[in-house]
Amino acid sequence: MKFSEQWLREWVSPQLDTQAIADQITMAGLEVDAVEPVAAAFSGVVVAEVLSKEKHPDADKLNVCSVDDGSGEPVQVVCGAPNVAVGQKIPFAQVGGVLPGDFKIKKAKLRGVESRGMICSASELGLEEEVSPGILVLSASAPVGVDFRQFMQLDDMTIEVDLTPNRGDCLSIKGLAREVGVLNRLPVNGPTIAPVAAEIEDSFQVSIEALEQCPRYIGRVIKGVNVNVDTPLWMVERLRRSGVRSIDPVVDVTNYVMLELGQPLHAFDRDNLEGGMVVRMATPGERLTLLDGSDIALRPETLVIADHSGPLAMAGVMGGENSGVNENTQTIFLESAFFTPLAIAGQARSYGLHTDASHRFERGVDPQLTPVAVERATRLLLDICGGQAGPVVEAQSAEHMPAERSIVLRSARLEKALAKALDSDDVTDILQRLGLDVSVQEAGWAVTAPSWRFDLTIEEDLIEEVARVHGYNNLPVRRPAARLALRSADEATLTQALLRRQMVARGFQEAITYSFVAPELQAAMLPEAVSPVLANPISADLSVMRASLFPGLVRTMEYNLNRQQTRVRLFETGLVFNGELDALSQVPMLGALVCGPREAEGWSGAKQRVDFYDLKGDLESLLALGGDAEAWRFEPAEHPALHPGQSAQLLHNDEPAGWIGTLHPQVRATLGLKMDAVLFEVRLDALSQGQIPAFEPLSRFPEVRRDLAFILEEATPVQALLDCAKQQAGAYLQDIKLFDVYSGKGVPEGHKSIALGLTWQHPSRTLNDEEINQLVDSIVTQVRVKLEAELRG
Amino acid sequence: MDHLPTLVSEARDAIQAAQSVAALDELRVRYLGKKGEVTALLKGLGKLSADERPAAGERINQAKQTLADEIDAKRQELESAALNTRLAAERIDVTLPGRGQSSGGLHPVTRTLERIEGLFTRIGYDVALGPEIEDDYHNFEALNIPAHHPARGMADTFYFDATRLLRTHTSPVQVRTMKDSEPPIRIVCPGRVYRSDSDLTHTPMFHQVEGLLVDEDVSFADLKGTIEDFLQAFFERDDLSVRFRPSYFPFTEPSAEVDIQCVMCSGAGCRVCSHSGWLEVMGCGMVHPEVFRHSGIDAERYTGFAFGMGAERLAMLRYGVNDLRLFFENDLRFLRQFA
Repeated sequence: MKFSEQWLREWVSPQLDTQAIADQITMAGLEVDAVEPVAAAFSGVVVAEVLSKEKHPDADKLNVCSVDDGSGEPVQVVCGAPNVAVGQKIPFAQVGGVLPGDFKIKKAKLRGVESRGMICSASELGLEEEVSPGILVLSASAPVGVDFRQFMQLDDMTIEVDLTPNRGDCLSIKGLAREVGVLNRLPVNGPTIAPVAAEIEDSFQVSIEALEQCPRYIGRVIKGVNVNVDTPLWMVERLRRSGVRSIDPVVDVTNYVMLELGQPLHAFDRDNLEGGMVVRMATPGERLTLLDGSDIALRPETLVIADHSGPLAMAGVMGGENSGVNENTQTIFLESAFFTPLAIAGQARSYGLHTDASHRFERGVDPQLTPVAVERATRLLLDICGGQAGPVVEAQSAEHMPAERSIVLRSARLEKALAKALDSDDVTDILQRLGLDVSVQEAGWAVTAPSWRFDLTIEEDLIEEVARVHGYNNLPVRRPAARLALRSADEATLTQALLRRQMVARGFQEAITYSFVAPELQAAMLPEAVSPVLANPISADLSVMRASLFPGLVRTMEYNLNRQQTRVRLFETGLVFNGELDALSQVPMLGALVCGPREAEGWSGAKQRVDFYDLKGDLESLLALGGDAEAWRFEPAEHPALHPGQSAQLLHNDEPAGWIGTLHPQVRATLGLKMDAVLFEVRLDALSQGQIPAFEPLSRFPEVRRDLAFILEEATPVQALLDCAKQQAGAYLQDIKLFDVYSGKGVPEGHKSIALGLTWQHPSRTLNDEEINQLVDSIVTQVRVKLEAELRG
Repeated sequence: MDHLPTLVSEARDAIQAAQSVAALDELRVRYLGKKGEVTALLKGLGKLSADERPAAGERINQAKQTLADEIDAKRQELESAALNTRLAAERIDVTLPGRGQSSGGLHPVTRTLERIEGLFTRIGYDVALGPEIEDDYHNFEALNIPAHHPARGMADTFYFDATRLLRTHTSPVQVRTMKDSEPPIRIVCPGRVYRSDSDLTHTPMFHQVEGLLVDEDVSFADLKGTIEDFLQAFFERDDLSVRFRPSYFPFTEPSAEVDIQCVMCSGAGCRVCSHSGWLEVMGCGMVHPEVFRHSGIDAERYTGFAFGMGAERLAMLRYGVNDLRLFFENDLRFLRQFA
């Protein structure tokens, strides 16, 4: 809501400068967004009268005028405006004056004719944004020679407040003045609004079918109006300073009253109405063409204003194109109604509309304003457009009007809530100035909320009002007291913070990518994934919820490769979304990606590229953190985004818990990536499950180590060999190390040699050769049987 | 016996001339060994008279000791020279960069979230998390934002269907926690939130931390104290001015916006604070009784406060980041600045 400081000061004028008022209302909860002068700086402009006008001898479009600027001598000026005419009062920039944009007015010759000054248009004075077609014509009564800024009262500020949705009562000068009055303990005085007596009998029948949605509807016929007169400059200016453009005098008056009092009004062309006005719900299939030209299908939950032939307006939102006032209108029907907030709330938005009227009705318009606004608008219309007013017609249902809201504020509760005992008389005063009907009681206050404050319904609302007016920053500050209760800490669970730190220690940079991704990207990587799709995405690229961390990581890698980064090590934690909405799982995952050289570029070390085993090592360092690495297994398996020969599914206690692998070459080609990448993602719930260390006594007896090399078929996973060896190695096996993988000379084609180092130790005696030999034999036999692998000779 | 001085002199020359520890060992054997030349003299003592024997024996032993000392001294000299030669040969350039260095780092938003969580958990708050795809009830209804409430227009919501949406704040976690536990409740809820807004100063996803404290006798003064302490601790400025402005959130009453003195210009006025000297950093208020009702908490007995802040906003102010969108571009050159 934008308003002019001058306009406000007509109602209430505290001894504060503009900034102080802005600060004061900001600190009372009406946040001021901007304070700006209503007109750009200019000087040397006075009101003048055009005395004569003659064609320029050498230019068709120019006139040579003589103006009286109050200096005593007529001043000759060349003017190009088409609308300049003798007898007009106009703003005249004298020689030496400066217009907005630091435009200095000098004596000049235009095509040989001397010009001493300039007749100004509204845009040249910074009063209109668009270039005005002609000069600004002032009222005939404008006093010649008076400074134009003074005449127009341009030394004024526009204050813009960003009102919260609960303060619909402040969407008017009246409401803002009320608030300023409360804060400064000043009386508020608006213009006197007296009923306008009917001069004619003409009226138009009104009835309400939807009483719950519209408890009160008032109308009045005004006959013989001239809609082609100009709106007076003072009104145009007030509208402009409130951010509203002047349209025609009737619309201007309705807008003016809305800004002044807060009651949205609508004027119909009476001659286009049939039968009578009905406020009702739309019926299925009804259509309406709105003032903005859009043709809409009305839904049955939409309240409409109709006549006997059909809907005319969407109640409280926007009028219809065919029933509005136009340049031929002679008789108008002026509407002032109370629509309940619930009836209007959401309606405008559901049709993609937002209007000044819907903004106010949604938040609540004072139901007591309905008749007042009609009288105010009638008076202004008669004054500006002429005409004669008919009687006020009203339909109302008292039982559907908002109930009186009685609230009790307990002084003990107030003191407890604010940790301060406020002076009881001050509280009473604050409540009364806010317009509440207050009765002071022994333990507090019993109040009735005013009709304009829809937001006051419970005790806490009153506590807030008292605190707000008293000033939040005048209230005490203390620290909450709490019992120092120790809570048990789950030692076996690894925190996300710890897992992240481990990734950082391994040289990974954390990324945070959007949880929604491009559907094509997800489809390219996870063609079978099902995840929720946004109904109203911000763009198609961000429309489907990620079913994996892979798409975001790959996109981030690409982004960085395109910016000369060649070595990328990224990780991310976050939810992934799997399944349809009704069977949705939102699973926290940790994912990582590496690409580029194994080591950062340097003087030492190899220049090899990272491969599967580099990232697997990083992953295993995470798995080891919980002290329960045994719970994890890597199973060769296929994943659509991963190379089928270089991918594994992670199992945690035999439950699937993630994937690791090299990006599938086909996927890489589809996505146009410059480099290979290796990725993993693991469920965070599994990763964070560690175990509490359990001590085992150290053996004092010697370890026995045996090294065994087996020739396996290339396709046999090493894991099978390890499993087999462990199974046969007996209870005293301490460790298995895989210390060599070899293929080539000495190993048959299609085979590999795997060397294992096995270590045994007994807790209470020395193991003898015989028992170790037995265990080794058993391993060798079992490996031969199960894996068809031989001991290397 | 008479040639003892000659022998000693000869031996000393030989010791001084030795070039290696091995050569010294040979000399030791040659002169002082069991069959050594000086040792042999001792064996000849028997031929002397009982009168001469002690003096002669003493001279021989002295000579032996002298030679042994010289050998030891020479050995030390040789060993130390050898060590020095080796040390000189093994000199490296210690200014070359170390091997295998690879620095990673946390995202600045995570860094900020962890810092905020840390400040609160240290005084007894727990961290609570919740789903990001929420339902209408938990995101709006239970927070006193019924359908068609004008406040729904305050947050542009991403919907999946009529009732399911991406949470617009982490407040649903508060609702879930209050339903599942009894006061006293002290939690902070960090996490991703979503609003359908994308321009210079908005991203469709960002992070919030919300806090909730419910207990008997919690007042607006406790809220003010907590927020002031937090902001001063977060910015590590004991003298940071904090002010509370009345505002409106459907789920708190009274509600407040919190401004801090601009941390860029210390309140003098700059571009960051739009020359006001103040920065809006968070919202807060006393829990609305309607929210307690939805959560099954007795609003007569218990009161509480809640607050919420944007992690990106605080990270921007703390680290001087001037463009919100940088947080989600994940440019490594940006991320590495927070390692």
